[in-house]
Amino acid sequence: MELYAILKIVWWVLLGVLLIGLAVMVGMDMGVGAALRYFGRNDGERRAVLNMIGPHWDGNQVWFILGGGAIFAAWPTIYATAFSGLYIVMLLLLWSMIIRPLGFEYRSKVASPTWRGVWDWGLFVSGAVPMVVFGAAIGNMLEGVPFHFTWDLASYYTGSFITLFNPFAILCGLMSLALALYQGSTMVMNRGEGAIWERARRLGIWSGLIALALFTIGGFWVAHLDGYVITSVVNPAGPAMPLHKSVAVVAGAWMHNFGAHPVLWLLPALTYVAVLIGAWALGRGWSVFGWWLGALAWIGTLGTVAAAMFPFMMPSSSNPSQSLTVWDASSSETTLLWMLGWAIVFVPIILTYTSWAFWVMRGKVTPAHVENDDHAY
Amino acid sequence: MHDLHTVVELSRLQFAATALYHFLFVPLTLGLSFILAAMETVYVTTGRKVYRDMAIFWGKLFAINFALGVATGLTMEFEFGTNWSQYSRFVGDVFGAPLAIEGLMAFFMESTFVGLMLFGWERLSRGKHLIVTYLVALGSNISAVWILIANGFMQAPHGAKFNPITMRMELTSFTHLIFNADAQAKFVHTSIAGFVTASIFVAGVSGWYMLRKRHMEIAKRSFRMAVLFGVFAGVGVIGLGDALGFIDGNAQPAKLVAMEGLWKTEKPPVGFNVFAIPDQAQQKNLYQVRVPGVLSLLVTHSLDTPIAGADQVEQDAIARMKNGIPAALALKTLSANPDDAAAMAQFKAHQKDLGYAFLLQRYAPDLVKATQADFQKAARDVIPNVPVIFWSFRLMVVAGFAMLIFLIVATVYSLNNTVHDKRGLLKIAVWFIPVPYIACELGWMVAEMGRQPWTVYDVLPTWMSASTHSVGYMIFSLVGFVLIYTTFAIVEVYLMLKFIRKGPDPLAPDALQYDAAPAAAGLAR
Ligand code: HDD
Ligand code: HEM
Ligand code: HEM
Repeated sequence: MELYAILKIVWWVLLGVLLIGLAVMVGMDMGVGAALRYFGRNDGERRAVLNMIGPHWDGNQVWFILGGGAIFAAWPTIYATAFSGLYIVMLLLLWSMIIRPLGFEYRSKVASPTWRGVWDWGLFVSGAVPMVVFGAAIGNMLEGVPFHFTWDLASYYTGSFITLFNPFAILCGLMSLALALYQGSTMVMNRGEGAIWERARRLGIWSGLIALALFTIGGFWVAHLDGYVITSVVNPAGPAMPLHKSVAVVAGAWMHNFGAHPVLWLLPALTYVAVLIGAWALGRGWSVFGWWLGALAWIGTLGTVAAAMFPFMMPSSSNPSQSLTVWDASSSETTLLWMLGWAIVFVPIILTYTSWAFWVMRGKVTPAHVENDDHAY
Repeated sequence: MHDLHTVVELSRLQFAATALYHFLFVPLTLGLSFILAAMETVYVTTGRKVYRDMAIFWGKLFAINFALGVATGLTMEFEFGTNWSQYSRFVGDVFGAPLAIEGLMAFFMESTFVGLMLFGWERLSRGKHLIVTYLVALGSNISAVWILIANGFMQAPHGAKFNPITMRMELTSFTHLIFNADAQAKFVHTSIAGFVTASIFVAGVSGWYMLRKRHMEIAKRSFRMAVLFGVFAGVGVIGLGDALGFIDGNAQPAKLVAMEGLWKTEKPPVGFNVFAIPDQAQQKNLYQVRVPGVLSLLVTHSLDTPIAGADQVEQDAIARMKNGIPAALALKTLSANPDDAAAMAQFKAHQKDLGYAFLLQRYAPDLVKATQADFQKAARDVIPNVPVIFWSFRLMVVAGFAMLIFLIVATVYSLNNTVHDKRGLLKIAVWFIPVPYIACELGWMVAEMGRQPWTVYDVLPTWMSASTHSVGYMIFSLVGFVLIYTTFAIVEVYLMLKFIRKGPDPLAPDALQYDAAPAAAGLAR
């Protein structure tokens, strides 16, 4: 295979890695934020919970920022088309997300219960909404989005924003929220004690099982959904130009890859195994193990979607032949190669110091600790 | 239906508002992080606890500011895709790279270590904590490097070429992209502008304490460190500002026209307009005060190199539009049939002026039918808003010199340890706090408005860069941002003032009193 084609596939995988990093690390913090009022029943407990992720939420959030940056650099046509096409949804995501930094940083800086209550709700919104939107956006990719290009590649979105919140997309959104709650619960178990720990355990088990149920329903739904198939010859190493192919819409086409390569069934199987063992592990109180299983569940879930859609990335429901695929939505060979070099150097460094930061801040956080620590949130 | 030009104007307004807002928090982060590191260095090397208290106190203010920097930065990361999708597709191959590297190299570092810096005082050894603080400072300044490389590309697009098969700019040389003179000068100027901002901020707050005779130990020391740091930064920002002007003179003649109010090309040496009332419509200065020869010295560093005025710049633009038309026409053929050799040859012969054909297309959608009037209108667009840029630039420079003078005087009194008695100077210190912020915002107005009508200089006009949204969507999002950002600003200023008033007193954080008895306070649920 030619270098350019290989680079496209490598960056398709790397995009997956980033989305998984985002889902696991940011999802965890969002799960904690969304369930803050459940984990902590009084102010002391809530502060304890906030301080469990206090030193890490900002570093974790960079997975999200880098996700955006990497799509921009490696898949510019998708960055442009998806972010502008899903405009209102993106605004919803953004507006809820930007409450979070302030929620963490400002909440405990004023003693008034009203002040803190408002920020607690803010953290709920900025935890739950982005995860639902994240899942819903992926659901929309599976369904196809109504957009088309003019000859000079200006993109037009022709749906209304309500169509983005259709039942299937909402199902995906809820599944994503459920996995985030699971991941957040394992974190709170890791660093919490007593009643907080017990609540987290209960929430973790339940949200894991609910996520699995939604995953199952979603799977059957996808099997009947309209999928997309390329019907012309494409050159995987060709220039990134999405106007020169033809695409057919075929019901159930998203199952074709699984039919052709049965080994892909391991991906959905991974989600099942991970969540079931995870729920069992949480039951026994093994929260660190449960955390890693949660990460595996995300790999299984996002991997399943990616495997079903390959080589499609953003199908167009209104003009299928202009769908964006791995072969025609990427950056140039030079950019992909340079960016790969940067990623190879920096990702290991990032993983190293991130692990170190978690290790430095390890151990239980209790309300009593927080009260006596001048630096705490 | 969507009205293209209204959408573009609204997108510009939104970008300007959100970017200027982001840049209210960025400079303090850039500079204060180094001041924190300096304070902590003194603590670690001398073991004097007061420096630790200083680092912790200023660190609290840092954190309050930082949260908003992060929140508003998220907006910026989205905004290219949501509001400038045509731009993003057109240059993403080039422009996306520095943005992604910024995340990899800078944001991860800064954001991971900032958590350890704020929470790790008891968990890390002194030496390790110090290293962490330096990494935060380094991380935030590296983030400035990469974002300014991205912005530098928009100002002077080096290292990329338009590819008529994919209809976009593609990277040709990564090294040209990062070693862009404009970007380098911008980075140093902007980072040091952040240092000046932080030093004025710390000096102002410390001055306020000294006026009230509170926290004298910490205030005197902070003041001294800040103004010393500030003097060097102040000299640097002016030096690099001059370098930027020099680079602009060569790379962006139209921006220079606007900064200096140069309507007519004159024989060198050209004089510097200290004061002028530029009139955009009539293309002349209604009134001007000039120092002969100085402008030539400043922007060409010689007395006999000519400087183009607006008349010359417009004429050049018309010539380039004419030359660019065949390239733009060839594109449509190539879109349908990439193998058309004749169209490719036609494109290649004229590609260097493609951007100017796009500029003309705003008035002549069908380029073949472009009239003389269309050319004239498009050429007028090439001159950005002169009055605003002229005055923004002058005010920035005045602010720069004023701050430098203040910092020098303050350093002298601070070093001979009499500054706490100089009430006049201390009051000035407090009043100076807004000045660096204003200078920074004005600097961006010069840089970005001066780039108009282009988003990527000479390549992609602003009118072609926005997303294809409806006006309603754009108004909705603008109103949303105004509401959210206004609320954020009120909250931030309230907290800043609260923590400044409270001051560096580690023993009485009111949060503790509150939490000691949550149940008694009726908070248990
Ligand atoms: C404390 C803030 C501050 C101060 C005192 C100054 N500047 Fe500045 N200036 C900035 C903060 C700034 C900035 C916010 O950092 C800008 C905006 C874009 C950029 O790269 O830096 C800028 C931009 C900017 C530009 C436009 C760059 C471009 O076209 O992209 C020029 C020519 C200057 N500056 C020149 C000066 C000169 C000659 C100064 C002499 C006193 C000066 N600045 C003081
Ligand atoms: C945070 C500092 C910044 C400030 C204060 C700022 C300010 C502005 C302003 C005032 C405008 C409106 C100009 C006009 O339309 O007349 C603008 C436009 C724009 N700027 Fe910047 N800018 C900043 C940083 C950047 C950076 C770093 C980039 C690129 C990485 C960038 C890219 C753009 C784009 C794409 C537009 C819209 C197109 C245009 O109107 O030119 N800006 N900015
Ligand atoms: C328009 C282009 C810009 C984009 C897309 C952008 C993006 C971002 C993002 C996503 C963050 C949050 C990072 C985190 O979570 O830690 C951020 C913060 C930051 N940005 Fe920007 N930014 C822009 C302009 C600038 C400019 C022009 C500078 C400096 C010269 C700058 C310097 C910083 C710094 C120092 C931070 C750290 C947090 C803080 O501001 O307090 N940014 N930016």
